[in-house]
Amino acid sequence: MGVGIEVRGLNAWYGNNLALKSIDMTVPANHVTAVIGPSGCGKSTFVRCLNRMHETIPEAHAEGEVKVGDIEVYGDGTDPVEVRRRIGMVFQKPNPFPTMSIYDNVAAGLRLNGFRNRKQLDELVERSLKLAALWDEVKDELHKQSGASLSGGQQQRLCIARSLAVEPEVLLMDEPASALDPISTSKIEELIFQLKQHYTVVIVTHNMQQAARVAEFTGFFLMGSLIEYDKTEKIFTTPADKRTEDYITGRFG
Amino acid sequence: MLKQPGDASAQNLSLWRRVTDHAATWFAMAAAVLVIVPLLAIFIYLLIKGAGSINLAFLTQTPKPPGELGGGMANAIVGTGLILAVASVLGVPLGIGCGIYLAEYGRGRFGDLVRFTADVLNGVPSIVIGIAVYGLIVIRQKHFSAFSGGVALGVMMIPTIARATEEMLLMVPNVIREAALGLGIPKWRTTLSISLRTASAGVITGCMLAFARVAGETAPLLFTAFGNQFWNLKLNQPTAALSLQVFTYAISPYDDWHRQAWAGALILIVLIVAAVAAVRIVTSRGTLKGVS
Repeated sequence: MGVGIEVRGLNAWYGNNLALKSIDMTVPANHVTAVIGPSGCGKSTFVRCLNRMHETIPEAHAEGEVKVGDIEVYGDGTDPVEVRRRIGMVFQKPNPFPTMSIYDNVAAGLRLNGFRNRKQLDELVERSLKLAALWDEVKDELHKQSGASLSGGQQQRLCIARSLAVEPEVLLMDEPASALDPISTSKIEELIFQLKQHYTVVIVTHNMQQAARVAEFTGFFLMGSLIEYDKTEKIFTTPADKRTEDYITGRFG
Repeated sequence: MLKQPGDASAQNLSLWRRVTDHAATWFAMAAAVLVIVPLLAIFIYLLIKGAGSINLAFLTQTPKPPGELGGGMANAIVGTGLILAVASVLGVPLGIGCGIYLAEYGRGRFGDLVRFTADVLNGVPSIVIGIAVYGLIVIRQKHFSAFSGGVALGVMMIPTIARATEEMLLMVPNVIREAALGLGIPKWRTTLSISLRTASAGVITGCMLAFARVAGETAPLLFTAFGNQFWNLKLNQPTAALSLQVFTYAISPYDDWHRQAWAGALILIVLIVAAVAAVRIVTSRGTLKGVS
């Protein structure tokens, strides 16, 4: 089951450059929450702070209070590796491990953390590929084909399956469909809709129609600040802030 | 006035372009052929000169005393294998480890220092490395040995392997590392099992280049492995090596030894090619469909 996310006073820097300014946000469990905003507004930085991927960039760091379920993400003594294991991430560009088979790609997260049980591994790989709606297309080629030989849309679903295999509680998606064609995009969107039964999903998108289609809640970011955060319907029909309205009506961005 | 496609000057231009295009293509082809010619020439010459002297005795016997006909280089073939094994055990892990450091951590001044040192070490004449190992190991142990020969060649392998590993790891896209970190895989595991694995084809090529380069080295072995007319399988004893044996025989006054020197050189090249080919075949086995 998914868990909720509580963000209080989150600041993030690149060197001396403040990229996120004291963000407060509550993401409900087992829902899809979209993060929208123009390029450079900090929306990707925001989700990368939720699983401490932000600090893997040289000279980048973040401070604040982030609670995902019972994990204090920025608590003293919290292991970022453990945080990332429990909070999965799907990236903008499909990034399967190129030298691994489809099976090995999905199993990688478990195996490289010391999981050895063959039979359970088989089951988890099958379950993850089914959840990611890729099983029927690849089940005969699991060990023969490289993950890199799939089409772009299939690769992205493979990456989703790979994230799901380690059984995270939250799934972060950073513009997961922006590099894909419309048909692959609609498959991914359908998939996101299914996934919220089991996971809390936070999706970054620069496509407002996509946010409207998949998300129950939407947050609008501008220049490192969270301007407005509400039910998706409310954001897109009667936004409270003038800047949100300007953005969704296409006056800038 | 704008030139029309039918203009005389436009036609001249396209003629000029065709000429330069052909010239560039032919130049590239000629360069490629010129690279192959010396290798083929050496190999064919070795075959002509050396193939006739290769027989069972050459491959199974030790050298005969001067003046006696026959005998072989079996001990040198084994000795070369022994020395190269020591060199690889030392050079491959150290070189790869150093390359990993440079690619994944070595952004600061220390990284630059290591990189500079590796490049300089790569340019140090091999005989100097031989003398250095002679001073560091042979003099202290008071005897020549296969081990010290292996150390000299291993040291020569390190910079090539380190720089090749670094280059190959830097070519692994960062999104691949992010994918692994995002799965909760620790950094050391990501480096070894994801980055290095993705770069493995290039890293292996680097190791093979270094191996092939030192396999025929003679100068560093003169003061270290020293050579031996008899069987030796011990790491702490003077050991024969093909390159040393070829050197000794080639400058000798005996015709039979000259013939054997040619045969030894041929065997050395064949063994190097065989070793490189074997590693290629073993490492490419089980390659997946669609691996880029």
